[in-house]
Amino acid sequence: MSFESQLKRLEEIVGELESDEIELDRALALFEEGVKHLRSATDALSKAETKIQRLVERADGSLEVTDSRE
Amino acid sequence: MSGRQMGLPLSTPHDAAPGVDPTTAIAVSTLTSTARDILEGAFPPIWVRGEVTGFKAHRNGHWYFTLRDRMAQVRAVVWSKDARTIPATPDEGMLIAAFGNLSVYPQKGEMQFVVRRMEAEGDGLWQKAFERTRARLEADGLLAIERKRRLPRFPKVVAVVTSPDGAALHDIVAVMRRRAPAVQIVVVPAAVQGDVAVRDVCAAIERVGRWGGADVVIVARGGGSREDLQAFNDERVARAIAACPTPTISAVGHEVDVTICDMVADVRAPTPSAAAETVVRDHAEMTSHVRQLDQRLARAVRNRVDRAKSELQWHAAALRNRLQRSAERQRSRLAELGGRLHALSPLATLQRGYAVARTAEGRALTSIAAFHPGQVFRLVLKDGEVPSRVEPHGGAA
Repeated sequence: MSFESQLKRLEEIVGELESDEIELDRALALFEEGVKHLRSATDALSKAETKIQRLVERADGSLEVTDSRE
Repeated sequence: MSGRQMGLPLSTPHDAAPGVDPTTAIAVSTLTSTARDILEGAFPPIWVRGEVTGFKAHRNGHWYFTLRDRMAQVRAVVWSKDARTIPATPDEGMLIAAFGNLSVYPQKGEMQFVVRRMEAEGDGLWQKAFERTRARLEADGLLAIERKRRLPRFPKVVAVVTSPDGAALHDIVAVMRRRAPAVQIVVVPAAVQGDVAVRDVCAAIERVGRWGGADVVIVARGGGSREDLQAFNDERVARAIAACPTPTISAVGHEVDVTICDMVADVRAPTPSAAAETVVRDHAEMTSHVRQLDQRLARAVRNRVDRAKSELQWHAAALRNRLQRSAERQRSRLAELGGRLHALSPLATLQRGYAVARTAEGRALTSIAAFHPGQVFRLVLKDGEVPSRVEPHGGAA
């Protein structure tokens, strides 16, 4: 699931949870799902180290991403 | 030096000096090439100011024109290798400063100024080249606002076309590290100045597109002189940017100069750091958005659970209440029955001083017919029993 669709789902979940009519069982199930999306979205945003790589073209014209010396 | 002296009319011990009489006359080519050598030796490379007339760009790439002022004029030439580095051809009548050296074109016996660099008053040549390129790109629709693509809000991979050793890359990396460490940077090395810059930058941009792994590409170069930034005013680089399937940010030079690349790119950033900030701005926004969703999620579920809990408490209280009332009712009914029972109890009668006769088995003897002479029974009083017996028959009578 992409970061953006994960976020969209999370917004839906929060919106539904905030409505008054929701059943308790459904609320708890939604919460559980929401926490899952939240965790992976947060992970995606808070990786510790910036990864720097290099795009190079080899003699045969193919492209390769290598770890940079930077 | 010997070459220069060859044609000079130096005297020798044996012969008369060349050219001193008809028999030693020198060749025309000797004269003009000697004149060239002398002129070239006499003038160091120098800036000359004048007006351009009779400009002609030859098919072979050389430029020819006359440089003049009110009093004089001189033939001027720009060889193609130098002409390539001059942004545009001068206009007729344009006032320029030309840098070069004075020479002689021996084949025609004409003095000529060999120009290597050229600057027009008021940045005229740059302006002209710039406008010409812009007009061509505009004619092809490459500057249209509708072509501008939105940058992805949350790019995961950012390609950076720049010199791997330059300050631009350093600045971009620093901003990304600080603000959005989750974003991956892919450097696409390219020389950003010098003869190979145009070719390098075009190739790097093309690679980013062919690779397809980047969400956005920053074409970056730190500040520099107009000449340093020349590649980013080049039409070929502009077209490479326009053709790139990946959304582009140009981040070239310093804030005041707008380059051709800036106009073609989807987003123009004034500096490489600003380009990184542009990529990152949404990330920072995102982080706070996710944090907000986190809080809303927790609050919403807590509210719902709290509501459920208070509903439960209400029901429990109602139930307890009902049980309590029911118990009270039972208790008062019991008390009432107890009271009635008590009222009917023979024990109460005993309390008032009566006695009751009972058999050993506890049966009450309530009539004289129940007695017979010599019968053993118990007389029950309020504070205990008295073992008793009926007089034997006729014993007492």
